[in-house]
Amino acid sequence: MGLSRAMILFIVTSGLSFVLGVLRVPNVAHGSLYMIGAFSAFSISKLFGGGPIGFWLALILSPFIVALVSLVSERLLFCHLYQREHLMLLLFTFALMLILGDLVKLTWGAEYRSIMAPDFFRGSVSIFGLSLPRYNLFLLVLGPLVAIGLWLFTNKTKIGKIARAAAVDMEMVGAVGINVSWVFAFAFVLGCFLAGLGGALVAPTVSITLGMDHDIIIEAFLIVTIGGLGNMWGAMVGSLIFGLTQSFGVLFWPQFAIVFPYTAVVIVLLWRPRGMLKSVW
Amino acid sequence: MTMKNRFKSFVPYGVIFVVLLFLPPVIPRFYTYILTSIFVTALLAMSLNVVVGHGGLFQFHHAAFYGVGAYTFALILTKTSLPIWVGFVAGPVAAAMAGLLVGWFCVRLTRLYFGMLQISLGSLIWAIAFRWYSLTGGDDGIHGVPVPDFVTSSTSAYYFILILLTICLVVMYLILRSPFGMTLQAIRDNPERCEAVGINVRRHQLLGIVIATFFAGVAGVLFVVLERSVFPDLLFWVLSLEIFIMCLLGGWFTFAGPILGAAITVSLRTFVGIYTEYWTLILGVMLILLIFFLPEGVMGFITEKFGARPERVYQER
Repeated sequence: MGLSRAMILFIVTSGLSFVLGVLRVPNVAHGSLYMIGAFSAFSISKLFGGGPIGFWLALILSPFIVALVSLVSERLLFCHLYQREHLMLLLFTFALMLILGDLVKLTWGAEYRSIMAPDFFRGSVSIFGLSLPRYNLFLLVLGPLVAIGLWLFTNKTKIGKIARAAAVDMEMVGAVGINVSWVFAFAFVLGCFLAGLGGALVAPTVSITLGMDHDIIIEAFLIVTIGGLGNMWGAMVGSLIFGLTQSFGVLFWPQFAIVFPYTAVVIVLLWRPRGMLKSVW
Repeated sequence: MTMKNRFKSFVPYGVIFVVLLFLPPVIPRFYTYILTSIFVTALLAMSLNVVVGHGGLFQFHHAAFYGVGAYTFALILTKTSLPIWVGFVAGPVAAAMAGLLVGWFCVRLTRLYFGMLQISLGSLIWAIAFRWYSLTGGDDGIHGVPVPDFVTSSTSAYYFILILLTICLVVMYLILRSPFGMTLQAIRDNPERCEAVGINVRRHQLLGIVIATFFAGVAGVLFVVLERSVFPDLLFWVLSLEIFIMCLLGGWFTFAGPILGAAITVSLRTFVGIYTEYWTLILGVMLILLIFFLPEGVMGFITEKFGARPERVYQER
């Protein structure tokens, strides 16, 4: 339970962390893109009659829809601001959050939505005597897969290496003749793609509603910070801490369950102010 | 700046104050309410700017202290039979205590880490207010707080809040012009050098936070005076971000900028909100236009255009 929550958190925060690492911008709109991912997953699966095909298509297509949204906003607006002060970039992403939030309200309305996971994921399997819902198991497999995929991508492909280099020294990357602006665009879109994927994955487990952007973004930021800014494995560690303390809280003191992860964050930050793992900053 | 010049720069504020004094009888009650609401928000934004604009700290969860002030006041009025002035004093003091506690942890870190630690500590406060049903009413909050008689009518609340706001602004101005305020700004511009000349950077920042949170508590009390209710959204981080935006919007290196930012945001919410429920969309678009065309904020733009010397330039460290 806590672990599968941690996996969704990880997928969302790794995207945030990636953007933060390369662009050095805390992307407040990340949660909105996650929300768009969830809502478009709903629409796609409804379009295909709510069956398994719709579910899988939703899972595959909605991250791309989110990526498209982010690409448009990046190329149209964001890319003109990279020279500006950091707080201005933060302000921009906040404005983007406001706009995207209302656009979601315009498109999908304010009602609660939900989608069903296909029959294949219903029911539970028992492992080591623990009964585990199948969908959670699926998430538990998918989370590490995304982590490995992202790691392979940033370490083994050329564009991933360029993105990592840009995170460390943007000017140098520009000096060797690489178009930094497009590297940024790419990193931003990839990060947002992951937000969309997280949104699509979370869709069958929660009710999809306005305001889910606010809930996730603050958690995602805290996770990124305790993990180490811009560090993907840090995002994994942070998500695990957050997800596990959350379910621990639900188990032992449901009324104040939300207090537990925040307390964990405070402890981690006081113990290791720069996050658990090395930050790229 | 000579004495005469300084006096001159106060004239517009004095004129605005006098105009505001004579407004309530001539404008509809709805506008009186909107103006009062702007006053409360303006005080909140101004208090945040003490540490953000003048202190250079990433105070990301300022609303938590606003909420603490509001909740303390509301709780004292509803749950205890203490005299009312105790509530008026306890609200800001409780907020400042919370500020001291949170700040004590936060000043160990810098910049983004500072902000993140504060968000998590502030969210803890929010979570407690949100969940402790027996004390705070949980997500319903507390409604119908019995505010004292002298502020029950909208006009008297208007005057009460306007006068308190003015006092707070003057005090804040004096603090920021005092040696302490100057030191705070010096720390913002170059903490390493300040450390080197023997200034206790952390202690100054902590004191700055306490002062800012105290005034946030005053704003919280005034909110209750105006609305007679409290609810957990007062401490939610979205509000914190909103007031942060107000500072940037109005111009965070100017003294009065946040007031303007608050006025713009509140009136946008009210007047655009009448026509469409999508007022945040409009606000977002306006913000983007602002980022592209007025990077110094509205007030920064005005001071630049109309003669006054530009205030000090912020240097990204």
